[in-house]
Amino acid sequence: MSKTITNKKHLEYLLSIKKERRNIRIVQLLIFLSFFSMWEISSKQGWINPLLFSSPSKIWSLFLEKASDGSLYIHVAFTLGETVLGFILGTLFGTLLAALLWWSPFLSRVLDPYLVVLNAMPKVALGPILIVAIGPNFGSIIAMGILISVIITTLVVYTAFQNVDENYVKVVRSFGGDKKQCFKEVILPACFPSIISSLKVNVGLSWVGVIVGEFLVSKQGLGYMIIYGFQVFNFTLVLMSLLIIAVMATLMYQGVEYLESKLIKHHS
Amino acid sequence: MAFLQLKSVGQTYFSKTSATTALEDISLSINEGEFTSILGPSGCGKSTLLSIIAGLLVPTAGSVMVNNQTVNQPHPKIGYMLQQDYLFPWKTIEDNITLGLKLRNQNSKEHIQAAFRLLKEIGLEHTKSKYPSELSGGMRQRVALVRTLATQPKMLLLDEPFSALDYQTKLKLEDLVSSTLKEHGKTAILVTHDIGEAIAMSDHVILLSSNPGRIFRTFKIPETLKSLLPFEARQHPDFSATFQQIWEELEHIEQNDHEQETS
Ligand SMILES: Nc1ncnc2c1ncn2[C@@H]1O[C@H](COP(=O)(O)OP(=O)(O)O)[C@@H](O)[C@H]1O
Ligand SMILES: [Mg+2]
Repeated sequence: MSKTITNKKHLEYLLSIKKERRNIRIVQLLIFLSFFSMWEISSKQGWINPLLFSSPSKIWSLFLEKASDGSLYIHVAFTLGETVLGFILGTLFGTLLAALLWWSPFLSRVLDPYLVVLNAMPKVALGPILIVAIGPNFGSIIAMGILISVIITTLVVYTAFQNVDENYVKVVRSFGGDKKQCFKEVILPACFPSIISSLKVNVGLSWVGVIVGEFLVSKQGLGYMIIYGFQVFNFTLVLMSLLIIAVMATLMYQGVEYLESKLIKHHS
Repeated sequence: MAFLQLKSVGQTYFSKTSATTALEDISLSINEGEFTSILGPSGCGKSTLLSIIAGLLVPTAGSVMVNNQTVNQPHPKIGYMLQQDYLFPWKTIEDNITLGLKLRNQNSKEHIQAAFRLLKEIGLEHTKSKYPSELSGGMRQRVALVRTLATQPKMLLLDEPFSALDYQTKLKLEDLVSSTLKEHGKTAILVTHDIGEAIAMSDHVILLSSNPGRIFRTFKIPETLKSLLPFEARQHPDFSATFQQIWEELEHIEQNDHEQETS
């Protein structure tokens, strides 16, 4: 008797959760639809300057046009490739640098003020120098994507390395493990969650670096499309590129989150 | 001849503002097969002493000898079990217990099989492919014991291995550890602040005083208790007499400390 009551209560509870989740989705969808329809209507009615703010229908038809003539894919592929390389290499180099600092406490203390200065500096300001040094190409755009994330990754991952419970290291040492084994068996795996979470931050940073890089190099990619659209006063092109970037960045972020859920099931 | 010998071992920790002497003039020798407990209040240097014997810490004074050879790095014949289990959360139980074998380059089939047999002996064979977070505190401590025993050390150093467990689990584990070590003929040093545990488990009890840690007295546990399992020993009439005796000595230490402070 009492069991059926408990079961019923549980069912009600599950139902209420489901209902709430559905309501959230509905409101989210409403916001999305009303934003784009308001945009469309305001532009049609001339409440906002259609030349500047374009309209969803114009953006959509431009998108279809660019997609069908194939020119869009090349730009998207370029930017996507640069961004992925940028955040993976940025995270990788940052982690390697952090490993170096962990290995040599002396070096870490020597480099400390330099890292602080470099971290505080707006990295995109180095863009022009990069382009002159490396050349106006793919390389300097990726360098931009790396540069913008590498220092912060180093600082975050190094802090994580330092905060690993010393007793795990003791376990490895008591089995005769050397410093290299301590790093491989304890420090690195223990900090996997921190490394993945800096990967998440770096996805966003890398987009900034790559788009700014493309502004400056002005040859290909979504950043180039934005700057080009701006120069010829085609704001439909600018807004379309922006929307594509928003979708791509979100997908990438979710991809990394998925990776995170797969890789670090058992930490803590 | 003694398996382990400490000769006037001392340890002072230095920091920018102070020098703390944790241990002073510790001399002792332990024969093969003996179970020795080191008993003392929190902060008297017990963990420091075990770290030194384990070869993780080079003492600032004196020396440690195993089989008449000075130890200054972790000795393959000494296993160290820390105050908590410190199982690696990202490794399965199987990978945890074979960690030592991997690090010591002993991961031959026989050694790994022996480790699995140990796991079976303590009743946790079914957890092989689980992760530590899926196990209870007592189970984790048992796995940590297997990890330590897997490299087949002659001597085990146990740093308050039961202090984080509930009372019932602790009593059961005392029996399990005691019988496992006896069966495999291991020498052991157990560090604890629990008088009952020290009496129930060991052949000798060394009492440490604090600030700095020194050997205050050494007790021999009566033969009547030695042969019993810890749980049985706790019921034996000789247990309470020994408990009383050690209790009084501990009171002495406290009085001494108090006098030192007031003088
Ligand atoms: N790494 C360290 N640096 C400085 N002081 C320490 C360090 N480890 C322990 N101590 C000091 O040495 C004393 C003994 O510590 P410990 O060996 O941990 O005692 P116990 O294990 O008996 O509680 C304490 O006063 C503690 O503060
Ligand atoms: Mg301790």
